Order: sequence, then structure tokens, then C-alpha cells
Amino acid sequence: MPANFLHRIRAVLLAILLTATFAVPALAGPFEDAVAKFANDDFSDTDEAIGAVATSGNPLAFPIISALQEGRLSADPDTKKVFVTGSDGKIIDAATGAAVDKLPDNAAAVRLNNRLRRAVEAALGGLTLLSPDPAKRIAAAQSVFKSHEESALAVIDDALAKETNKGAKAAFTEARAAILLYKPDATEVEKLEAVAVVKARGDQEAMALLTGLSGDVPPNVARAAASAITSIQSNLAMWSMVQNAWYGLSLGSVLLLAAIGLAITFGVMGVINMAHGEMVMIGAYTTFVVQEVIRTRYPGLFDYSLLIAVPLAFLVAGAIGVLIERGIIRFLYGRPLETLLATWGLSLVLQQAVRTMFGPTNREVGNPSWMSGAFELGQITITYNRLWILCFTLAVFVILLAMLRYTALGLEMRAVTQNRRMAASMGIATSRVDALTFGLGSGIAGIAGVALSQIDNVSPNLGQSYIIDSFMVVVFGGVGNLWGTLVGAFTLGIANKFLEPVAGAVLGKIAILVLIILFIQKRPRGLFALKGRAVEA
Amino acid sequence: MLTQLTHDITTMSRRRWLAATAGLVLGLAAFSNAKAQETIKVGVLHSLSGTMAISETTLKDTVLFLIDEQNKKGGVLGKKLEAVVVDPASNWPLFAEKARELITKDKVSVVFGCWTSVSRKSVLPVFKELNSILFYPVQYEGEESERNVFYTGAAPNQQAIPAVDYLMKDEKVKRWVLAGTDYVYPRTTNKILEAYLKSKGVKQEDIMINYTPFGHSDWQTIVADIKKFGSAGKKTAVVSTINGDANVPFYKELGNQGIKATDIPVVAFSVGEEELAGIDTKPLLGHLAAWNYFQSIKDPANEKFIKAWQAYTKNPKRVTNDPMEAHVIGFDMWVKAVEKVKSTDPDKVIDALPGIEAKNLTGGTSKMLPNHHITKPVFIGEIKANGQFDVVWKTPGLVAGDAWSKELDGSKDLIGDWVGKKCGNYNTKTNKCGGQGS
Repeated sequence: MPANFLHRIRAVLLAILLTATFAVPALAGPFEDAVAKFANDDFSDTDEAIGAVATSGNPLAFPIISALQEGRLSADPDTKKVFVTGSDGKIIDAATGAAVDKLPDNAAAVRLNNRLRRAVEAALGGLTLLSPDPAKRIAAAQSVFKSHEESALAVIDDALAKETNKGAKAAFTEARAAILLYKPDATEVEKLEAVAVVKARGDQEAMALLTGLSGDVPPNVARAAASAITSIQSNLAMWSMVQNAWYGLSLGSVLLLAAIGLAITFGVMGVINMAHGEMVMIGAYTTFVVQEVIRTRYPGLFDYSLLIAVPLAFLVAGAIGVLIERGIIRFLYGRPLETLLATWGLSLVLQQAVRTMFGPTNREVGNPSWMSGAFELGQITITYNRLWILCFTLAVFVILLAMLRYTALGLEMRAVTQNRRMAASMGIATSRVDALTFGLGSGIAGIAGVALSQIDNVSPNLGQSYIIDSFMVVVFGGVGNLWGTLVGAFTLGIANKFLEPVAGAVLGKIAILVLIILFIQKRPRGLFALKGRAVEA
Repeated sequence: MLTQLTHDITTMSRRRWLAATAGLVLGLAAFSNAKAQETIKVGVLHSLSGTMAISETTLKDTVLFLIDEQNKKGGVLGKKLEAVVVDPASNWPLFAEKARELITKDKVSVVFGCWTSVSRKSVLPVFKELNSILFYPVQYEGEESERNVFYTGAAPNQQAIPAVDYLMKDEKVKRWVLAGTDYVYPRTTNKILEAYLKSKGVKQEDIMINYTPFGHSDWQTIVADIKKFGSAGKKTAVVSTINGDANVPFYKELGNQGIKATDIPVVAFSVGEEELAGIDTKPLLGHLAAWNYFQSIKDPANEKFIKAWQAYTKNPKRVTNDPMEAHVIGFDMWVKAVEKVKSTDPDKVIDALPGIEAKNLTGGTSKMLPNHHITKPVFIGEIKANGQFDVVWKTPGLVAGDAWSKELDGSKDLIGDWVGKKCGNYNTKTNKCGGQGS
């Protein structure tokens, strides 16, 4: 950004000029004048101040700029004094570095907008290139790579010469290449080398850098850049397939999580439970309550809030499920239409109850630190929350499967759903098993709510958005078969994600619905149909 | 067969007799009731349940609050105001039914209501047929000017276009993603914006338009697409007309994939203080919103309003937002118009409203225009950690609302003028009333 650079030089000159004209002896100096500009609460003044402070070479420059980035720089609009509150709470006068006891009452944090934040980042990049911490050096080099500001070249060359850390060295080389690529007076050889370095990096930022190259480069360089762009593009196209597959898995895991409880209540028990989504919502609200308690009483436990919420959500939603089964559904077995209407009415009642208790607006559920952010795998970004949800879903699935297979309750459940009268004759309390099965399905929906609170709104309508998808998955996978639900969820997720880039989100969804309808015409019992006598029962 | 017929007749007449008696009794009761306490009834038509309850419940409370304040001042024309609240339950046809009920059964003098454009379109014929007044407080896509409706929210030239101007001038944005929920407001707004951007020399390949269903929650592909689109070496911004609920997962995904406001800023037209109140603002910091009002704006009128509102709701954390301010202005204008003509007769009030001025909460005076839109200032705010906005830019003065967009071929010659031309879609080229719309 040459314009920005000129701007800074102008700012420095202006500052020098100002000091020369007014020549206030003690406070004078371009640095002090620049600092005072932070107090003007004007974005263009702040911009000038950032440029002047960053290029001043004053040891206070780094603390001032980093304080500005973190909102710890405050200014008194009346006295024009500017203060840095250290991360340890100590306050110093930004112009002199002298310690100050406390901030004046009318001091307010210096405001930033996006343009200024970029200027701050670029300035900090320049200031931290020589930081002793390699991670900081890498981050600084990357921000130089993005801004490719010429002024940083000398420092980069210097740093590159003494760099020993491998990662930092690579980052510096790339940053140097980025600068050379945009430097008008760099030689053709230098530029060609730079293109090769950037090409080797091969990601979207490299491509942005190459495509941003203007027409006034030597023809050889332009050709090299064009071929580098094509090679990066084909590489990225391959990665985008991988990316779609990952997104599909991730969407599939969300579908599975939402549907797995329904696979029990609808799939195994045959109850058309329209209030299933509301169990998910109750799980999400349980997470909210847990986080509220933790926030007010035990803030240190925040990272564990989800672990605490999982069993609680299971218990709360499960208990409500048992109540629903005992209170309503047991009177309606074998009457699907009435069950449908009753549970649908119930879903409205539950929604309105939550709306009355917690208000109609969304509730804030925060992401614990281990659920936020992402990491790069090759050229794709994998976000932690999606990864954890995938793992969590598979864990829930395995536990549920094991429970049905190996526990006494699981055995009883299977017995009752396969042949109720026989099971009763063998001494199984079928009505108790019904209640527990329904409670289990609801409890798992509650657990799903904990996970979904991390990626969706926690509002009374949360469940509604999942109920149709859940039924779709269960019906598609084959009613009464957990493996069918698993395969169905992932198939739908992946199909959806491969359709979405081509058809758009709206048409993609419609296409999926049409496909399912056609599929159900062909195979009315879904992917994995149950065989044998259980089907007839 | 014959017995059946006689049976029918007798039941019918019996029913009719019953109905007549009931009507008489009710009528008498209503009459005596009206005598006992003469009030002016104000209809409130906002969803209190269903998907839109999240936004509309607050507006219902706002109208009740305004009525309460007005009654403390002695009401209007010496009569107390009485609110009639109905719940159209986010169900668009029910909006029309409830509107009819308010006007014919409850005999309200004015209705404050609606949020989505589809609900407004659904009640329009009712207000026209029964000749009543609707104040509509939400930013919308424009392309409409009706005699019975007063639009106190922003038209596209009072929100979308200034926001794009800001990004173009201040952030030097060259590439644009227009992302929206798939319904009439985003589609029309994006059509207007696309035409506007092209008129400013933006090429087709630098515009990406994307629609998603209501309540979309899986944004991975779209955010990755935006990232890819933004890596073409030109400054990119997202103009979001994404509807309330889908916003949270959208911003979360942006944050998780590492797209910061400094890289690709998002300017939203439907994210306000109320929507931010329920979410973790970490991933949203620095993203933008364009509105005609922000709670954080320092102005004595605003501070007084916030204080009174929080006292009324008994919640010191209750936030205020742009559509609320629109109701404040609209309510004030209606009161002034009624007092001016000393009557609540719809025809008289409708004729009196254009030209009426009311103080807005940001230090200016808004005026009702002949096209039934009002003048408003436009602010761009950045989202702060506390869920409030920091104003980074504003228009130098108030902007007059255009009923018909000047950017679209179909509407650039149309104006709404209910004072001189008595027409909502007057064609200035052919000098004829008619064409699109009514």
C-alpha cells in the first residue's frame, strides 16, 4: 500500500513541521505530537498518529500500538493526554512513559474502525518482526505478506539473515517475495523468483497476491504469474472436493445428532413425535442455564460448561420425555394421527412455555475456547466446533448402539418393540419400558441440543428447524434401524454439500427433497429396511 | 327429505333470532361501555408467537409504552388512548384477518404493526377496503406507496445505498457479495444494489449474489465461497440482507474460518441491538450495520427515551433499536396529525399527515413526505463487544425516503405523491397515474 506509506511519511513530516513551528520546548518532538493526536477522536487523525508513532523508532511505540489494538489506549479529550493501561493494570503516560496513578474520569478508549485496525495490524507487523518469540515473528511476517509494504523490506532482509527457526524463515521468505513482487524497481530475476516462492505457498492468499498484480510488470513475470495462478487453481479445485466432503460429513453429523433421538422414539417405538425438536431446544436451554450459573458463580469453569451440560440436558429432556409418554402418548398407541396432532400441539405448548420463561429473543450460549477457531489441513480450514460435534455424534451413536445391544434395558426395549405380548408374557413390564425408551430418545435429543447450541441460535424456534430434517433422515435411512439413520444422515449431508456449490443453498435443499421423495417411491422402507416378523407387528 | 327441510328452516330461524338478540344485547353493552369511558383505540398488530415473535414482541411493548406516556400527558383530544393488542402469530394470512378484526370489530383509529414485507402485503387490501391507517416501522425494499400506509422505516435509499457508498469510499471495496435470505426484501434490495453498483462501474464478475433459506444454519460452504471470492486481490465486502435468526451461525462461521472484519467486512441491514442481545458478540466485532438509529447515539432525547423505556419495562438492560424509534416517530406524527384536524377520521388524518414533523431520537427532526415515507439520518455502526454499535459514519443531513427506487428501470420515473397528485405511482414521464403497484 504505497498510498498508506506516503500518508505516513506525510504525517511524520507534518509532525516535524508542527513542532518546528510551535517549538514548545519540553513536550516538543514529533512523537509527542503524534501521540496527542489519539486524543482528537477523529479517525483520520488516529490514522496519522499510528503511522507517525510506528515509524518514530521510540521504544514506547510498540506498547502504544498494541494497547490501541486491544482497546487499552485511552485519551482525555480535554487535556489531550493519552494513557496506556498495561496488561498488568499499570498505567503510563503514552507520550513520556511516566507512571500515572489512575486514569482521569473523562478518559475514554481510543476508537478504531476497520481501516485503522488494518493500519494497526500492519504497524504491529513491522514492529514485531524482530520479536524474540518465533510465533510472533511468523504472525508478523504473515501480516507483511498480506500488506506487502515496501518499508518492511530492510527489516525482513535483516531478520532473514539471522533467522534460525525454520517456520519463521519460510514465512520471512514468503513475505520478502510478496514485497518484491509489488516493488516497482525490483529486477525481473527477483520477481520471477518471488513468483516461484508464492506459487509454492499455493493457497488462496498466494492466489490473491498473484491476481492482484497489475499490468505494468515485465511480460515474463506476467506469464509466470499466470501459469502459477492456473497451477494454484487446479490444486485448489482438488482441495475443494476434499472440503465439500468434509462439510458433508460435518452437516451429516449435525443431521445424525438431531435425528438419533428420533430414531429411537419414531424408529424403534413407532411414535410420530412432532415434539422431538422441542426436546433438542430444551437441551440447548439447559446449556444456557448451566452457562449462566457458571458465568455468575464459577467463571473459571466456563471451558467445562458443555461437559456439565451434557448429563444435565439428558436428565432434563429425558424426564420431560417420560412425563410426556406417561401423560399423553401411552393413551394414543396405535393411533398415529392422534399422536401426530397431540405431539404437534405439545410442541407449540413447549415453545410458548420457553418463550414465556426465557423471553422470545435468542439467548447467548458461548463457545468454550476449545470449541472456537480452526486449523488448516492442507488447503482446507477445519473448524474445531464442527470437528468436536462430529466426534461427539459418533460417540453418542456408539454408546447408544452398545446400550441397545448389551444392557438389560436395551434387551427389554428390543423385545418390547419386536413382540409386545410375548415380552409381557416373559415378565417384562412393557409400560415401564415404553416410558424409559421414550425418555431415552428424548434425553438423546436433549444432548443434541447441547451440541447444536454451539452452532445455532438458542431460541424457542430452535427445534422447528430440525424436526423436518430429522424425519427425513430417519425415513430415508429406514425406520427402526440405527445404522440406517447413520448412513442416511451422512449420505444426505454429503449429497447436500456437493449440490450446494452447483445449485445454491435454496435449490440444493429442494433437490434433496425431490430425490428423497423419488427414493421413497422406489424403496418405501428406506435404505435399510427391517426384515422379518418385526415389520409386520 | 321434507322433514329435513323444515328442520333446517326452524333451526335457521331460531339461529337468526338468537343472533339478533345477541347482537342487540352486545350492541347495547358496547354503547353503554362507550359512554362510560370514551377512548381512542389504537391497534397493535405484531406477532407475539411464532418465528417473528423474536423481533415483533418488542414493538408491541413499544406501542404500549408510547400509549402509556401519551395518557400520562392527558391522552389525545381530551380522550385516553386504549391499546387493542392482537397476535397474528407470524402467520401471514392471519395478519389480514386480525387487521380486519381490529378495524371492523374493535373500531381502532389507527394500527401500528407488521414486520415482514409479506405481512404488510397481506394486510394492504384490508386497509384499503376498510379505509384505515397503518404505520409500518421496519426498513423495507421500497417500490410501494399506499394511501393508507405510512412507512416510518427506511427505504433502500435510506439504508442500503448509503452503506454501499460508505464501503466504496472509506473501505475502498471493489468486490461485492450480496448475501440474503430468500424472500422479497433481500431480493428487491439486492436488485437495487446490483443496479446501483453497476452504475458505479462495478463489473458483473465482481458481484456475487447468494440466497439461503430462512433459518439457514450450515454456512460452511457459503463462507468458504466468500473467502474464495475475496481472495481475488481486490478488497471485498459482504452486504448482508440475511434475516435475523440465520445471522448468528453465519457470523460464527465467519469467525471460526478466520475471516475478520478487517479482511472482509460484513454490513448488515437486519442486525440491530435486539438481535445482538442474545448472542456471543466475539465473532462479530468490527462488522458493520447500517441503520437510522443506534442506542449508543449520544443525544438528550435518546437518553431520556432509553431511561423511560427501561423504567417502563422494569429491565435496566433492555435495549432499544431502529424499528422502535420508527414507532416513536410514527406515533408522535399520528398524535400531531389528530390534534391538528381535531378528529380521528381516517380521511382527515391521512390528508393531514404529510408535512407533519416529529423529533427523532438522534437530534434531528423527521418529516412525513407526500409519498408517505419520512426523512431520516443514516448511520453506519461497528459492532462492539457489549452488543452496542460505535457510529463510524453518518450522512451529513437527513435523507428523504424514496418510495420508488431510482436505480431500477421499472420504477425510476415513478413517484408517490398523495398531496398534489393523489397517486402512489405517478409516472413523471407520461404524467399519468398508474403502472406498477396499486
